[in-house]
This record gives sequence, structure tokens and C-alpha cells, in this order.
Amino acid sequence: MRHLLSAADLELASATEIFDVAEEMSLLQGRPVKKLPALRGRTVVNLFFEDSTRTRSSFEIAGKWLSADVINVSAKGSSMSKGESLRDTVLTVAAMGVDALVIRHHASGAPRQVTQWIDAHVLNAGDGTHEHPTQALLDAFTLRRHFRQTAPTLRDFEGKTIAIVGDITHSRVARSNVLLLNTLGADVIMVAPPTLWPSGVDSWPARFCTDLDEVLPIVDAVMMLRVQRERMSGGYFPTAREYTIGYGLTSQRLEMLKVGAAICHPGPMNRGLEISAEAADAANSLILEQVAAGVAVRMSVLYSLLGGADDTPPPTAREPLG
Amino acid sequence: MTDILITGADWLGGGRGDLLVRNGVLADPATAGSDIERFDADGLIAVPGLVDLHTHLRQPGREDTETVASGTAAAARGGYTAVLAMANTTPVTDTAEAAEHVAELGRRDGLVQVVPVGAVSKGLKGAELAELGLMARSPAGVRVFSDDGRCLSDARLMRRALEYVRAFDGVIAQHAQDPRLAGPDACCHEGTISGRLGLPGWPAAAESTIVARDIQLVQLTRSRLHVCHVSTAETVDVLRWAKSRDIAVTAEVAPHHLLLTTDEVLDYDPTYKVNPPLRPAEDVAELRLALADGTIDAVATDHAPHARHDKEHAFAEAAFGMLGLETALPVVVETMINPGALDWAGLAMRMATAPAHIARLADQGRRGVVGEPATFVLVDPTARAVVDRDASASLSRNNPWHGRELPDPVVATFWQGRVTFRR
Amino acid sequence: MAEVERVSIPTGALDVTMYRDDLRRQPTRPVGHTRLPTAVDDAVVVLVDDVLFSGRTVRAALDALGDLGRPRAVRLAVLIDRGHRELPIRADHVGKNLPTAADERVRVRLEEVDGVNEVTIVRDGQSSPETAEHG
Repeated sequence: MRHLLSAADLELASATEIFDVAEEMSLLQGRPVKKLPALRGRTVVNLFFEDSTRTRSSFEIAGKWLSADVINVSAKGSSMSKGESLRDTVLTVAAMGVDALVIRHHASGAPRQVTQWIDAHVLNAGDGTHEHPTQALLDAFTLRRHFRQTAPTLRDFEGKTIAIVGDITHSRVARSNVLLLNTLGADVIMVAPPTLWPSGVDSWPARFCTDLDEVLPIVDAVMMLRVQRERMSGGYFPTAREYTIGYGLTSQRLEMLKVGAAICHPGPMNRGLEISAEAADAANSLILEQVAAGVAVRMSVLYSLLGGADDTPPPTAREPLG
Repeated sequence: MTDILITGADWLGGGRGDLLVRNGVLADPATAGSDIERFDADGLIAVPGLVDLHTHLRQPGREDTETVASGTAAAARGGYTAVLAMANTTPVTDTAEAAEHVAELGRRDGLVQVVPVGAVSKGLKGAELAELGLMARSPAGVRVFSDDGRCLSDARLMRRALEYVRAFDGVIAQHAQDPRLAGPDACCHEGTISGRLGLPGWPAAAESTIVARDIQLVQLTRSRLHVCHVSTAETVDVLRWAKSRDIAVTAEVAPHHLLLTTDEVLDYDPTYKVNPPLRPAEDVAELRLALADGTIDAVATDHAPHARHDKEHAFAEAAFGMLGLETALPVVVETMINPGALDWAGLAMRMATAPAHIARLADQGRRGVVGEPATFVLVDPTARAVVDRDASASLSRNNPWHGRELPDPVVATFWQGRVTFRR
Repeated sequence: MAEVERVSIPTGALDVTMYRDDLRRQPTRPVGHTRLPTAVDDAVVVLVDDVLFSGRTVRAALDALGDLGRPRAVRLAVLIDRGHRELPIRADHVGKNLPTAADERVRVRLEEVDGVNEVTIVRDGQSSPETAEHG
């Protein structure tokens, strides 16, 4: 695999491979020496144009436990204010001799554009409202463990129904999860008020509906998305309480879930808005497990990208705009 | 200047004949003397010099991206003999002095007739009327006013502007984009692709609602409206309705909206970022039909040069716009002439005569008869070439056609008898 | 061992993929499962492999083991020693010494896993089976 830009880059076999390797990587946590030499001598740069302590630390530890040299570059505000183009910023960093760029950017598509300008592997750590593939991987990895524990079947996700609830149109986590869960064989239902539906829902591999109460009793897992209060000023919904009553995972709604159904949230949570404290801390909540899975899954992805020969020929680079 | 005798040219498909260029006008070929330059135009078609209602020459303010000299050189290469230079320069063309400055640059450096467009509102801020009357009275003789780049969204101000320009036969050219439906971040047609790519959507309704509103204001004020860069089937519907009632509205379409679709942005390539955005194939088809049947009156390039460092950003942050002067005629030949939707006479109407009329340019878009200005283009209807963005007279390179094979029609451009481009 | 010596010895599996010295020569390899029955600190660990060849696998295993703890001693037991060592590694216990050419391949099959006890040398696409004694 040359780049990981979108969950659509993963087929069932490669996703399963990533999960299996992540299981091995997760054992590292309990060892005295938290090191594997697989990426020794490789240089990974975390190029973050958007703040994110959690994701960045997760990638940093993942790279370091694999013995890679990890450098954090915070490009927030820098290139814009100096009038430097995105291309120049990226080329400057890549010129240091970088094997992989882990990029988080506030604009959708930036990581894909970057692949046209440099030879290094590019890993999308979240781009605008587009995708966040490693988040989807760790969400699915956590769910796989849960399903194997509670309802082990030959195929982990087939026959499972998973709901994603909340600000779908602005959520990169939602987009990546829909694609990945679909690849894994699950049935996905998106629940949101109509104003938060993305455009072109007919082309999404998921059902869309506006009634959360109809959906909860039939799902094997529900993933709550963070909703921002600022959306109220954009006219997406009138008040916080109306949102919570209509679309929040309240303690009353907890009762509606099947026995064994899991609760997920990619974080950070607005306790009391889209998810109640009771739901966040419930026995079947996987929220902490999701966080814990982050390092192992990211180690697995980095190993997948950098742990072998670089024999994939780089794509014919598009010429610069002249 | 020596006389030029052009032999065997076919004026708009009307039959082969000779043209004699003398002192800037067409003279009777029978009076050709011996001391003349000869030009063999056998197989070529003669078209009135093209007129672009919508060009960004970037001077004053961004001479690093284009100047009047380079922009008009590109225009001449594209078969143009007149361009209307939009007002969103730095400073904005919102006073008679600023308009005169642009006109003077045109006289000094221009390879085509350069006509400044005046801003409708001061500083393009959309709040107060600019000195429309003084701009009209100035030697520059501004008749077309536009806040292009921005939508004149305040209905009351639009009404006032329409009323005001009636006094001097002016026309308001609207960039239709309701800022509440498609804000400054909107950059991708709102639909399947914007939803999948996570790009802020630009719904068709943001264009058509403003056009519908403005047409009603034209009825109220009995003035003239011109709609810039129509991009949607919804707007075409509204225009058809207006024309069926003989309301004084004209409209233009850009070449890129006649051929490129929103699929081009799937790789997030900012070369294809333009305002209004590229639309789905259904809209492209509707625009072609509308251009053919006259619902859309003219083709206008919206030539928008940009420096590399303004385009090499994340898609949502890159500058809007594409080059267009050199490739407009090739695209119209490809999309309208070759499939048989228009003949050369029809093309001449939409790319020369109608724009000249809308802008009230007396010496452009005229017929090829003795006494008329020698302002025409000789085109080879069959020639084709692969577009090379580096082989351009523009200072910029944001060319969406690079690497595509398109017709390559322009052989020579004549402006008032002067050869401004020769292949 | 349990049958013969009447002693129960904890067994495990050690995947050495991450410690290989030739990771960059092929596309990313899948990772196997590592399972340690007990801690290795101060234990006598016997590494068991089917074929001892260049010694690089054992070298990787020693590195992997070192990151898991500090055994009191490490011993090496192999079913087949086919020679052609590239590193200074030797086995403490060898089932059978099998001289081979460097370009041949040796394949070991076990009854518990493959249904048969068999050692095969493959040269140029042909194979000549030799049955190894249990031991």
C-alpha cells in the first residue's frame, strides 16, 4: 500500500490484515520493552495543519514503538500567513528526506493533492470534512473485538447493523466509517436531522433516516458523532435541547438498545448534548477501548505502509501548474 | 500601412471571395493595386473579430499574473478584437479616473480594443452605488457595470442600479450567487461529488434565485440586465421564461461550462476550481441547447489568470478561475460547430455581434462588406492541436485544457486593418 | 516431551517477522502470532525451529526474545541442520544433519500439522523425499 488517503483504499483482505497485525501490536503495551525494530531507519513526519494532541501523540507513539524517527511539524497558520503555498510547505518538509508524511489538514483533499507533489508515502490523519481512515480502522477494530467476545461468528461484521448518528455532513469520521464498515460487510444506517444529511445520499452505501428511536432497537452498535454547538447559528438545528431530545443518546434511549449492542464515539464528546454521561460510561460503551486501540492500529498502518520494500512505483507525477 | 489582399476567404459560410484591407477598413478588392501584401485564405473562414464581455486583465494590481499587454496578446491569439475588462482590479474601477486609466492602458498596450467595465458599487462592497454616471460620461464611455467576483445581493441596491443606468443606456451585469446559499467558501457543485469529497457545496438554486429576482427587477425598472457565466439548467429555465415575455435580459456562458463537468474535481485539482463551479453533465447539455437556441446570447470567457502560488493550495483554499481567451473559440467549435448545433454565422452572432451589441460597441461584430472596419479573424475550421499551456501569451498558466486535443482554428486576427496575431 | 520425560513444559510461539534483517527486500510481510506461556525472565528458553540454514531466523529470534525479557539461558533445538551458515550460530540439539546445496529448498512436514512426518529436498522443481526418524 503506497498511501492511505481514504477508507475506500482498503479492501476486505487488507483491512483484515491491518486488524490482525494490530492485535499483535497491542501486545506491546504489556511488555517491558515497548519496541519493535521493523521501521528502524525510517523517518515519519507528522505534518499537522490543524491542532490535535490526541491523534498526533497516537501517531507519534506508534512510529516510535516501531523504531522509526518521528518528527512533529505544526504547520498551523504558518504557510497561509507567510503566503507560502501548500505545495511549497510540503516540499520544504519532504526535502529533509522523509519516508512518510502523516498529514492532518483543515481542507478536504489536501493529502490527496500532496501525493501529486512528493514521492513519500502519505497517510491521511484527517482532512477537512472528507475522511479520517485510521479513526475508522480503530473504530472497526474495537467493534471486531467486541463482536468476537459477545457474538463470535465466522464473519465478524456480516449480518451486523451499525448506526451512525449525528452531524454527518460535516463528519470525516462518518465518511470513512461508512466506507469501511460497508467493505467489512456490515449494514450501515445513518441517522440525522435532514439539515445534517450530506448532499447526494443516494450514492452512499448506507440507509438514511431521521428517526433514532426506530433504529436503536435493531442495531448491534451505535456510533454517536460529535455535534458542534456552532451549527445552531448556521441554522442546522434550533436549540441544543431539541437536538438532544431528537438525536441524543439519552439514558432513556440506552434502554432501547439490544443486549450486547455497543456504544461508540470517536471523541471528543459533548457530554449532555449528543451523548449522556450514563451512555458514555455504560457497561457496553467502547469509548475508552477506542482510544486505547489507536496506537496499535496506527502501528499496524505504519507497518503496512513502510514495513516492506518500496517497490510500488510512484504514480506519474502531475506536472506543477507551470 | 500597405494594403492587404486576402484571397479566397469565406465570410461566415456565405461563399468564397476576396477581402481588401486598406487604412483599417474593408475596401473593394477590385481596386487593389500592385503594391500590396497578399494573403491566401483558401479553405479559411472569415469571422467578425470576437468580442469578450468578460475578461480579467488584472492590471492595475496583479501585474504578476497578467497585464493589459499580455492579456490582449492572448485575446488576439484567440481571435478576439475587443475585450471588456472587469472592474475587480486593485484599485477597483469604480471612478471615472480609474476607468480612464484602464482605457489608456488599453490604447497604449492593447492588441485589441479594451473597454473597462465599471463597478456597480463602491469598492465592490455592495453597499453604495459607484459613480456610474461619471464613468459613463468619461472618455472611456463605460456602459457595462458589474461587481463580478461578488454578487450584488442587496435587492434594493440592484433596483437602484438598474434604474440609474437607464439614463445612459447602461447595463448591469450580475454575478448571480446568493451569498446566503453559496458563501465565499462554496467551491463545488452541491451534489453527489461535493458530498463525497467533503467540499462546501454551491447549489444551483444560489444562481437561479438571484437571476429570477433580478429579472423581476428589470420588469419593475424597465432597464437592462446581463447575466454573467450562466452555469445551471435551473437558470436556463428562468431565462427562457423571461425571454418568452420579451424582458430585456441577456446572458453569457463560459466555454468551460460548455465542456467540463464537476467530475474534473474528483482529484481535488485546483486547476478546475472556478466560480461558478463546474456542473454535472445534465447542466452542460442544457447550456449547449440554450446557446444554440439563443436563450443564452453570448459566449464570454471569464478569463481569470492566477499565479501558481495562488493555485497550489488545498482545493478549498485555492483561487477561483481559469484562463480562457486562447481556448474559447476552440471549445465552441468543438462543442457547437462540430456536432452541428451551430453554424459559423450562428457562432459569429454569439461570439461577436451579440456581445458587441450588449456592450454597445459600434465598431465590433459588423458585417464583412466594403466600408466596414477591417476587424475580423481568419479561421481554419478543420485544424486541431494538443493544447500546451506553456505556449501561451498569458503570463499565467492555470489552463484547464492542457494536454487535451481541441480545434486550433485561429490563423490570423485583424483589428482595424492591423494584424494582431498571425500563426 | 511430556510423553517421554514425563515432565510438562510450557510451550509458546515466537513470531520473528518484525526482527528480520531483510524486511525491505519484499513487500510488507504478514505478521504471525506471538504467544508466551510465562515470563521469560530467568527462564531457560529452548528455541525450536524446523530447519537451521543461514542462522538469520535464529538471530532475529534472539533479538525478539531479548525484547521480551532476560532469559537465564537460551538453547536452540532444530529438526534439520542443512548447513550454509551465514552467521556464527549453532544448534545445541539437532535431529538430523542434512547436507544440501545452497540453491535447494528443504521442507519439513509434521504429522500433527500436515498429516505426515516427512522431510523433502526440492531441487530444480523435482523433489526427493527422505523420511526422517522421529526425534
